[in-house]
Amino acid sequence: MNCAVIQFAGSGGDGDCYHVCKNILGQPVEYIFHKETFAAQDFDLIILPGGASHGDYLRPGALAARSKVIKSVIDAANAGKYILGIGNGFQILLEAGLLPGTMLINKDLKFYSEDIFVRVENNATPFTNLYKNGEVIRLTVACKYGNYYADKKTMEQLKTQNKIVLTYCDINGNAAEASNPLGSMENIAAIANQEGNILGLMPHPERCAEEILGNTDGIRMFQSILQYVEGGKIHDCSRRS
Amino acid sequence: MTAREEAKKLGLTDLEFDEILKILGREPNYLELSLYSVMWSEHCSYKNSKPVLKRFPTQGPQVLQGPGENAGIVDIGDNLAVAMKVESHNHPSAVDPYQGAATGAGGMIRDIFTMGARPIALLNSLRFGCLCDDRTQYLFEEAVAGIGDYGNAMGIPTVGGEVYFDDSYKENPLVNAMCVGIIKHDKIVRGKAAGVGNSVMVVGAATGRDGMHGASFASGELSDDNPDQGSPMQVGDPFKEKQLMEACLELLQNDWVVGVQDMGAAGVVSSTCETAARAGSGIELDVALVPQRDKDMKPHEIMISESQERMLVIVEKGHEDDVKKIFKKWDLDAVKFGTVTDDGMLRILENGKVVGEVPAASLAEGVPIVKRESKRPVYMDKLQIDFSKIPVTDDLNEVLFKLLDSPNIASKAIVYRQFDQTIGTNTVVAPGSDAAVIRIKGTKKGIAVSVDGNGYYCYLDPYEGGKQIVAEAARNLVVSGAKPLALTDGLNFGNPEKPEVYYQFEKCVDGISEVSKKLNIPVISGNVSFYNEGKFSAVYPTPIVGMVGVLDDVNKHCTMNFKKQGDLVVLLGENTDELGGSTYLQEVLNITAGPAPRLDIELEKKVQTCCLKAIELGLVNSAHDVVQGGLAVALAECCIAGNLGFSGEIETDLRPDTLLFGEGQSRIILSLPEENLSVLNKLAKEIGVKTSVLGFVKSGGLNIQVKQREQVVGKIEVSTERIAEIWNNAIKRRIEK
Repeated sequence: MNCAVIQFAGSGGDGDCYHVCKNILGQPVEYIFHKETFAAQDFDLIILPGGASHGDYLRPGALAARSKVIKSVIDAANAGKYILGIGNGFQILLEAGLLPGTMLINKDLKFYSEDIFVRVENNATPFTNLYKNGEVIRLTVACKYGNYYADKKTMEQLKTQNKIVLTYCDINGNAAEASNPLGSMENIAAIANQEGNILGLMPHPERCAEEILGNTDGIRMFQSILQYVEGGKIHDCSRRS
Repeated sequence: MTAREEAKKLGLTDLEFDEILKILGREPNYLELSLYSVMWSEHCSYKNSKPVLKRFPTQGPQVLQGPGENAGIVDIGDNLAVAMKVESHNHPSAVDPYQGAATGAGGMIRDIFTMGARPIALLNSLRFGCLCDDRTQYLFEEAVAGIGDYGNAMGIPTVGGEVYFDDSYKENPLVNAMCVGIIKHDKIVRGKAAGVGNSVMVVGAATGRDGMHGASFASGELSDDNPDQGSPMQVGDPFKEKQLMEACLELLQNDWVVGVQDMGAAGVVSSTCETAARAGSGIELDVALVPQRDKDMKPHEIMISESQERMLVIVEKGHEDDVKKIFKKWDLDAVKFGTVTDDGMLRILENGKVVGEVPAASLAEGVPIVKRESKRPVYMDKLQIDFSKIPVTDDLNEVLFKLLDSPNIASKAIVYRQFDQTIGTNTVVAPGSDAAVIRIKGTKKGIAVSVDGNGYYCYLDPYEGGKQIVAEAARNLVVSGAKPLALTDGLNFGNPEKPEVYYQFEKCVDGISEVSKKLNIPVISGNVSFYNEGKFSAVYPTPIVGMVGVLDDVNKHCTMNFKKQGDLVVLLGENTDELGGSTYLQEVLNITAGPAPRLDIELEKKVQTCCLKAIELGLVNSAHDVVQGGLAVALAECCIAGNLGFSGEIETDLRPDTLLFGEGQSRIILSLPEENLSVLNKLAKEIGVKTSVLGFVKSGGLNIQVKQREQVVGKIEVSTERIAEIWNNAIKRRIEK
């Protein structure tokens, strides 16, 4: 699986995604600088990493969504390549119109960094096929604008088309208010596009991919994509460092 | 106005003005006076503190760079090294807590990547007044948000820190930031302007009228009188700094880079004169070439502005376009505005015409050292009391609840939840344990980092307080499984012109030096902040110590939480008859009294050696040191963190409150499987440390029985749920009321 990690101006999680693709998954990976373009056929997975592109000025992701590289990302999406937007990368996908809805500031108006629980709502995606439906996993969130919002019509569509992929919950899988610290509508943590080849999520699976960091729940998301791309071959590489 | 009067207005003394006349052999013009006034301020020159700072031990085989550079560097083996420094941003944070704290973090980060190191962790040490005060709540919340937003946007995790609240900090909060970076030995860059004819460039942001006389502002007491010299406040732009960091780290891969220096306090003038002085060279520069964002800036304004996110870069002649190319990639300016000379002069031109000229070294190093008077404060003798007259409290449960509800002991999660703790995927132990542990990718190694201070102990006894801080910082690393290597200090005091304050300063430095020497943990960088006073009071003498240690195998790190029911809980070290300086006395009984706990360095050394060895041998499941709140609070913290309980009977000659809440030093609580006890005891005996079994880990509650000659003389019986609830919500409930 050929992976690309986009480096926007101000990306912070680019190195983390690169590390997981290369050293944990053992796959070829390249950085693509935001002033460059790339050909859709060169990559199977394109990751838009977390961070604070352009200092979150204007709105998080708004300026990065106008980067030169975005045209290539859209071409790759149209060509059916897998696009994964994490944290700020999710915000960029929203601002680029590749996913519906928007992000508001967290409900308590502060940056929020902690391990939280999410429930897998849809495992029939390239990103979640190694999880069970209804499974509760632990992931790290770290963001100030992770409060997902969509208008009524969009929300209906997300629901009827089963595009809500992960939701915030408590350790038992219940969608309690206290388990939704960012204030996200319908507890949404991750959504996919209609075609199912683009996923945006606020938590950081790349930070939960190694034993030494105390959590391996996130690695299965990357393994899911790998399995999809390579046609059914499951790589057990969670213990490699 | 005569030059002498102007000098006085800029804060220079008569003696200093005479020295300038002697250096120049003529009267300085206004520009030159401005340069001396900022460079000879305490903040830049350390004129009040230099002779005392020389007492610090700064040598050791592990030291690759000691004090005097942008940051200190210590060897961690495998051709890798750690760069680190602490810096204060106290006065700006008292005026505008958000920007003050943010730019404090920003300046600190620049000091690290200036050396060529990639910043991998931030820590902070914060002091505020009582949370019952509305303004304090505002300062607290804004300062935390400012530090958080800056570090978060930079993509550097904040992995640790400490926060204390006390009335002494009400007018003058303290905001100290620490940054740690990682670097290969052969990639270390120093701030030197060497090589005649080489090009001097300014890179990063444009220069404006912000932060005018910021260094002088930091070198006086806080008052409401605004100097009419432009704003001393700086405004931070973390996005620009992130770009600057990436550009600099790319730039520093090239061997044609001669030197780099952060444009921090006193901006262009400090960076040029310091780099020239270190290389024994001179610099000729033209201020008109410096990119400016304000109109009609005067030469002295450009020279002393403290606009953020700028760096000075010196490269071999002919490589200017290479620099520009790298910075253009990151959308930043890079402009040549000067040349290295061999005449030792800092020569300032404006559009080709000389407007000022002074010896560079005289600015950087020529300040007349001030010998301050030192006098033992009288209050120290008044703070000793006869403890036998204080009745033992009956309800020890209630005391424990009150201590866990103290914002100084309670969980600080409400603070560190606002910091991205895990970006970089290196954070093995996040904030909340005794020290943070960070793995070093590509190796088996890890480093542990902590920052500690105890202004209250230092107030009661500056010497013992200074000793205790170093011991505690080292202990925090040791209980995490790391061998301490080096420290960086942030020395926060009141007005050094007051003999009592100077005494506190001297004695704290002596205490730090003593333990640093004995434990072989040299001081490799630091910062001094004086004049932390408001109209009504000075802050507690508050030195803080940031320390780094190494773990050869990061998998062997240890944390404080109890892990397993049935594990034995063992105390390493001894309970002592010390109640003075305790949080119990101060916050529960409202008695401010010493003596502060004594530190026996030899005992401390043995306790640390034994603990580290036990962790390395894999004997223990948890380790936590006993500090504020004493043994009972330490046990409660182990229970809360592990969501488990403890049960034990402790036989003692001490009063039950002294045993449970006294803050005697050199004590560590270990939990371990019973079968490892004999090995631990043997190890402890060899080293010469006492061990005693306190009890065992169980589910559900904290039960301690204190016995004297078989008789129960006091007990604590509380549920873990209850104490966790109090400990978790103490700060939150005060803010959200």
